[in-house]
Amino acid sequence: MSVILVFLLVIAGFAGWWLSHQGLMTKPWLEQGLAGDLVGLDRSALPTAKIGLGVFLAVVGCLFALFTSAYFMRMAVPDWQPLPLPRLLWLNTGVLVLSSVALQCTSVAARRGQIDTVRLGLATAGLTAFAFLVGQFMAWRQLTADGYFLASNPANSFFYLITGMHGLHVLGGLVGLGRTTTSAWTGTRPERLRLGVELCAMYWHFLLFVWLAIFALLAGWAATFIDICRQLLT
Amino acid sequence: MAVALVLVLIVVGSVLFHLLSPWWWTPIASNWAYIDNTIIITFWITGVVFATVVLFMAYCVFRFRHREGNRAAYEPENKRLESWLTIVTAVGVTALLVPGLFVWSRFVTVPSDATEVEVIGQQWQWSFRLPGKDGKLGTSETRDVSADNPLGVIPSDPNGQDDVVVEAADLHLPVGKPVKMLLRSIDVLHDFYVPEFRAKMDMIPGSVTYFWFTPTRTGTFQVLCAELCGQGHPMMHGVVMVDTQEDYVAWLGQQQTFAQLSAPQKTGSADDRTGQTAAPGPEIAARLETVGSR
Amino acid sequence: MVDITPADGIPPAEVAEVELYHPHSWWTKYVFSQDAKVIAVQYSATATAIGLVALVLSWLMRLQLGFPGTFDFITPEAYYQFITMHGMIMVIYLLTALFLGGFGNYLIPLMVGARDMVFPYVNMLSYWIYLLAVLVLVSSFFAPGGPTGAGWTLYPPQAIMSGTPGGQDWGIILMLSSLILFIIGFTMGGLNYVVTVLQGRTRGMTMMRLPLTVWGIFTATVMALLAFPALFVASVMMLLDRVLGTSFFMPAISEMGEQLPHNGGSPILFQHLFWFFGHPEVYIVALPAFGIVSDLISTHARKNIFGYRMMVWAIVGIGALSFVVWAHHMYVSGMHPYFGFFFATTTLIIAIPTAIKVYNWVLTLWRGDIHLTIPMLFALAFIVTFVNGGLTGLFLGNVVVDVPLSDTMFVVAHFHMVMGVAPILVVFGAIYHWYPKVTGRMLNETLGRFHFWVTFLGAYLIFFPMHYLGLMGVPRRYAELTDMTIMTESAHHLNSFISVMAFIVGFAQMVFLFNLIWSVRHGREAGGNPWRATTLEWQTPQTPPAHGNFGKDLPIVYRWAYDYSVPGAKEDFIPQNMPGSFGPSREPA
Repeated sequence: MSVILVFLLVIAGFAGWWLSHQGLMTKPWLEQGLAGDLVGLDRSALPTAKIGLGVFLAVVGCLFALFTSAYFMRMAVPDWQPLPLPRLLWLNTGVLVLSSVALQCTSVAARRGQIDTVRLGLATAGLTAFAFLVGQFMAWRQLTADGYFLASNPANSFFYLITGMHGLHVLGGLVGLGRTTTSAWTGTRPERLRLGVELCAMYWHFLLFVWLAIFALLAGWAATFIDICRQLLT
Repeated sequence: MAVALVLVLIVVGSVLFHLLSPWWWTPIASNWAYIDNTIIITFWITGVVFATVVLFMAYCVFRFRHREGNRAAYEPENKRLESWLTIVTAVGVTALLVPGLFVWSRFVTVPSDATEVEVIGQQWQWSFRLPGKDGKLGTSETRDVSADNPLGVIPSDPNGQDDVVVEAADLHLPVGKPVKMLLRSIDVLHDFYVPEFRAKMDMIPGSVTYFWFTPTRTGTFQVLCAELCGQGHPMMHGVVMVDTQEDYVAWLGQQQTFAQLSAPQKTGSADDRTGQTAAPGPEIAARLETVGSR
Repeated sequence: MVDITPADGIPPAEVAEVELYHPHSWWTKYVFSQDAKVIAVQYSATATAIGLVALVLSWLMRLQLGFPGTFDFITPEAYYQFITMHGMIMVIYLLTALFLGGFGNYLIPLMVGARDMVFPYVNMLSYWIYLLAVLVLVSSFFAPGGPTGAGWTLYPPQAIMSGTPGGQDWGIILMLSSLILFIIGFTMGGLNYVVTVLQGRTRGMTMMRLPLTVWGIFTATVMALLAFPALFVASVMMLLDRVLGTSFFMPAISEMGEQLPHNGGSPILFQHLFWFFGHPEVYIVALPAFGIVSDLISTHARKNIFGYRMMVWAIVGIGALSFVVWAHHMYVSGMHPYFGFFFATTTLIIAIPTAIKVYNWVLTLWRGDIHLTIPMLFALAFIVTFVNGGLTGLFLGNVVVDVPLSDTMFVVAHFHMVMGVAPILVVFGAIYHWYPKVTGRMLNETLGRFHFWVTFLGAYLIFFPMHYLGLMGVPRRYAELTDMTIMTESAHHLNSFISVMAFIVGFAQMVFLFNLIWSVRHGREAGGNPWRATTLEWQTPQTPPAHGNFGKDLPIVYRWAYDYSVPGAKEDFIPQNMPGSFGPSREPA
């Protein structure tokens, strides 16, 4: 359970930082009226939707941290046999990076109001993300063809489970991206479109980060890394 | 008024119930009187806190109930009072925790002279295995469980050959000797629980858990399963008899070893259910079927 | 940033991004509504309906325990299905949904001075997914093999094996699917509650001016968002074990002489995941109750809540600590014994902020002007039952004391007292308190008092003696208490007594339901602020509040939520949106 505890520690750090700006030590009964210094204690200047997405990403992060925790705990049982990762995953990683880069460019373009670049970027991001999903599916097919079935070993089970869960999140993101793309063509207010693009970019970067983390986990580097850390500590 | 009175009555009633009611723990039969003492300490501390808080509340309700022209005092906080209450609470909590952890460290430290006894839970019966003359239990594996080898002792392990196997029958233990109960299950979670011994621990398929105790008086004690294990859970009773040393040796002499049981010609003991008072698993399963079909 | 001085005429804040959805038809107004107030009523009604099912199940269980052998139709199989569904419904589908989905939706926007939740559409989806989860759960009663009988903890391996009702039928699959749906739906709602508190607060409403109700619900929601994923992970993995034959939790098993195909899985892993959710869940139910009861006591004792800052710190502290105590549910699970030292210590530390909250409640009563209204009665009853249940928690949290008591009726009595009876009493108090705002009418006083006394005393008489059965060693989750050498004849009589009390208390709830329905039409007119309370929900221009809550302009907040009996003020309460300075705190900070 150490992975999830470390993750929660990070969340607690954020929460603590935010709380420390809320005047928790003040005596509210002494502060009547609307003093100027209270303005700083009002809501954040960030768009509400971004904060909403941020909270959601914390929940998603929690989910994957828990899968990772479960992975390490189950890994300790001797029947664990790591499975060879298909080379295709490297290609998929590249495609997903491309998708993220495309959205980053799109959000820059949206800030500058270049609607054509925005449309191009959104389309590229959508297509590459879709290609990633297809690639992941091909990797699954390849593994089952080689005899690495879901139930034959816990390492396999975790591989399918975690990649599947990540794929579902990408699929959900594609729905959001689809809505933003539609609005790019139907001519929504530019600031609204910009917000939509930025939200998509945020989500994409996060999913890319999650993918890199679980790729490292499934490839066994994460375990090696933790072992090295442990040796350094002792 | 009525409210304050009821609050007082709740405190008085609860205390009287605690002191006078006939429902209390069973007479202890193991060395874990430490645990009982910790519970008594906890009862004292928590009882005082409960009575104080509720009686204080009753007083407030009586004294400061609304009457015409009353106005509440204005007091947002009182740092000194709050700090004092925090400190007093921390002291109380420490007074609970320290003896608790002290006894727990005893509970988890098995004395070196404890003899090992293995308990095997399965739906819905108890079996036992005791080390033979070599004093060692053979290794076991759920995959090796079969009709001839109900406990899954690994047949190739020489240590296991002389193990005494008590399948679905009563366990006997000598009085005054510490025992380490090794707990194992071949299907679902169970929990070996004898209320008089105070100790209990879950049994997990795939691993061996343990606890230890010393029986302090002879007698017959009922084993209950304390972890939900399916429909037969409430009927999964067993029996532990704590004997004097002579009785124990006599009982042990009648038991069969693993080698004897797995020998080709059966000596008949596996079907001979003498010395057994608890219903074995298949019987419970059959009983459930008839109940279910009603 | 411009310096804003305390003067009138400041433009009230509106959240630009939130575009209020205006309903156009009966369907969008009352059914597919995006108004948090309507969603709150929908959540509450659904939770109450499914809660009634759980109540009836508890009666059936008590029939069996109180009068063993008398009722043939309650087979062990049926009994285990009853306890499982009773537990799961009460903890998740009733209490969590009611506190967060019901009270959260109704109170957060009104109390922070917002027009609605920040994502109304997502909020609506949240309810409909919750309803779907409830329907899936209920459907398991009609599925072949019936609902699952694995106990609400759903421990593998037994949860998905044939010795457990529903284990190899539809029961467990439907249960896990329903939980997964619930968590998805809850996450949607939870995002709303959290972000509305962060971003929807009106001008002047700083975090330290929030009523403790909002603090409680806010913190509980944050915890739920972080804890429910653990249940999600456990459910998905168990579903795969059951349906596709993986071995996450399933070790090698020989079931009734037959070898199952699983290998190497870890049942303890499930318990860690389950309790990583399960312990915060206790506080997810308790923290909103803490918050609400603080406001009830303060309002009806006409006195500010004592030690507001301590109360906030305690809520946050309890919320954080509750993530590092989960394994105290696993002292006898066979995990490494040295964990016991750590988890016993953290568990007992959590008692300190909890005790501080209790002290502050009773110190709020001290020198107050206590109106013994029905909400106040329920608040007092909450303190009694919560203190009782909390103190027995010190038995179970202290690792070695837990050894004899775990898995006995003592545990059942403890958690019913502390997270069953106590929060439910707060729910009742809160309903008597806010019903006038929701409907514009008061609940009937006589029926209310009857309901209070029967519920409080009855519930205490059910669960207080039950501890002593556990002390005697009577295990929990026993469908039959026959052939037990430890149980005396009188213990069986005690069980019958507990059962009779359970029926009486259950009956009183029917009176309450009648009162709820009857008073919608026939209750006394309440007016806008019948309790003369300070918080913003009582200052709305209409009662019940209209769509958009606050009329043309949002209120501006000038003070904290607890200005009761301030010296120098004419009335004994000053609404949060009233300008001006009173009392010992003349100078604005």
